Amino acid sequence: MSDTDHPEFEDDAPARLPLDAWHRARGARMVPFAGYDMPIQYPGQLGGIIAEHTWTRENAGLFDVSHMGQLLVSGEGAAEALEALMPGDFSALKPGRIRYSLLLDEHGGILDDLMVTNVTPPGAAEATFYLVVNGATKWDDIGHLREFLPDEITLTHLDDQALLALQGPKAAEALDRVVPGAAADLVFMQATSREWQGVTLGIARSGYTGEDGFELSVPMDNAAALADALCALDIVRPIGLGARDSLRLEAGLPLYGHDITTDTDPVSADLGFAISKRRREEGGFPGAEAILSRLAGGAATKRIGLAIEGRMAAREGAAIFAGDEQVGAVTSGGFVPTVGAPIAMGYVEIEHAAPGTRLTIEVRGRMLDATVAPMPFVAHRYHRQTPAKQQKV
Amino acid sequence: MTTYFTKDHEWIAVDGPIGTVGITNYAQEQLGDITFVELPGEGTSVGKGDSVSVVDSVKAASDVYTPVSGEVREVNSALTDEPELVNTRPESDGWLFKVLLSDASELDGLMDEAGYKAYVDSL
Repeated sequence: MSDTDHPEFEDDAPARLPLDAWHRARGARMVPFAGYDMPIQYPGQLGGIIAEHTWTRENAGLFDVSHMGQLLVSGEGAAEALEALMPGDFSALKPGRIRYSLLLDEHGGILDDLMVTNVTPPGAAEATFYLVVNGATKWDDIGHLREFLPDEITLTHLDDQALLALQGPKAAEALDRVVPGAAADLVFMQATSREWQGVTLGIARSGYTGEDGFELSVPMDNAAALADALCALDIVRPIGLGARDSLRLEAGLPLYGHDITTDTDPVSADLGFAISKRRREEGGFPGAEAILSRLAGGAATKRIGLAIEGRMAAREGAAIFAGDEQVGAVTSGGFVPTVGAPIAMGYVEIEHAAPGTRLTIEVRGRMLDATVAPMPFVAHRYHRQTPAKQQKV
Repeated sequence: MTTYFTKDHEWIAVDGPIGTVGITNYAQEQLGDITFVELPGEGTSVGKGDSVSVVDSVKAASDVYTPVSGEVREVNSALTDEPELVNTRPESDGWLFKVLLSDASELDGLMDEAGYKAYVDSL
């Protein structure tokens, strides 16, 4: 654990993940992403983006997401301090519960999207929150938090922790065989910790694929042993960054830096659910005035899904037309395996955002027919609390 | 029939005045799962080095450059329904288009199989 300064790595070679050698030993193709060499896909019959994507939808995939930033924010008033920077109701977030949130700039632009978990130990006088932020933005996020969190709040970068995501319909079965009992204690968006081989694992039931699954924070020196233990099961295979992107696209989940940026706001990004009820009433987060007026009056543009006819993919930057008029642009897209067709996400003027609206997308001089589609494209299969259990609470 | 290779990882198998063009096994490995192939129109005149086809993979769209000038005589229509042929049989059934060569001397600047293999090994 250390309090890291901003490393000047922009001009340097990509950094190595804790599992770099583990990926290379499995023949992964490594590509630079977010300042790291990352596995985009693995070799063999069950390797490649389509096979890895399908495996994750049917079994359990293990993703190395150690490039993401893991932070602790603690001290008296930590919840209120986070509420000054994000629109979540962290004062009401119970220990062991996770919220998706947005780091906002003063205009309501999105600096990053992140997961916030209340990890306050039982009986502790001061609250502690665990944040997982995007890899490409983590240094800027740390700088932003340093600048705007009050002095009495401690920010710790857990840069000696690796992060593994175990995702898919068999993820709970796989976790149960390696860390018995942990899965049964959690539903979607809950977190706990467990001892495993003498170290503490942070276990969150969350992910970025639309499937049930877990994100496992593990000391980097123990990451290879945990990955080996999981991949020794016949229901788990390592999955690369390529399938991670196609899975999240089908799940309708935005990718920071592409589908959401400082030029987009939570309302146009269709992420209004991240603005908690109390915060809507009270405001007090960056850009609140602009965001709340958009919530009330509607935004001029909206992030939508697009189902594209044919097989040709439309990617980031492709112009979207209604008749002869450009009404928006694609922010991410591609041919996705479970749908078996090209899909895209993008922003269009609000008049053209209703599901079923027929639009065209220009790709290399051709006009592709597309229809505004509800998201997700593939139904989420999160493990939510059952009604019976809810009554017990 | 003689097969030549380019540094952009296309191959051209020349049989008399007609050359059959595709991408190499190395290229398809780099591209990954191919989901769509955009083919040139039959009868199109093309100049050496022009982008005349696009191979779309799950990852990205990649241009295919014609190794020679001439006229497109035929395209591989099997790729419309089975673009994955470019992955499974890149240097046979996964061919892209046939071109009527307008200048056979353009072949002189291309690599033979041994030269291409050495080039790929150097990458």
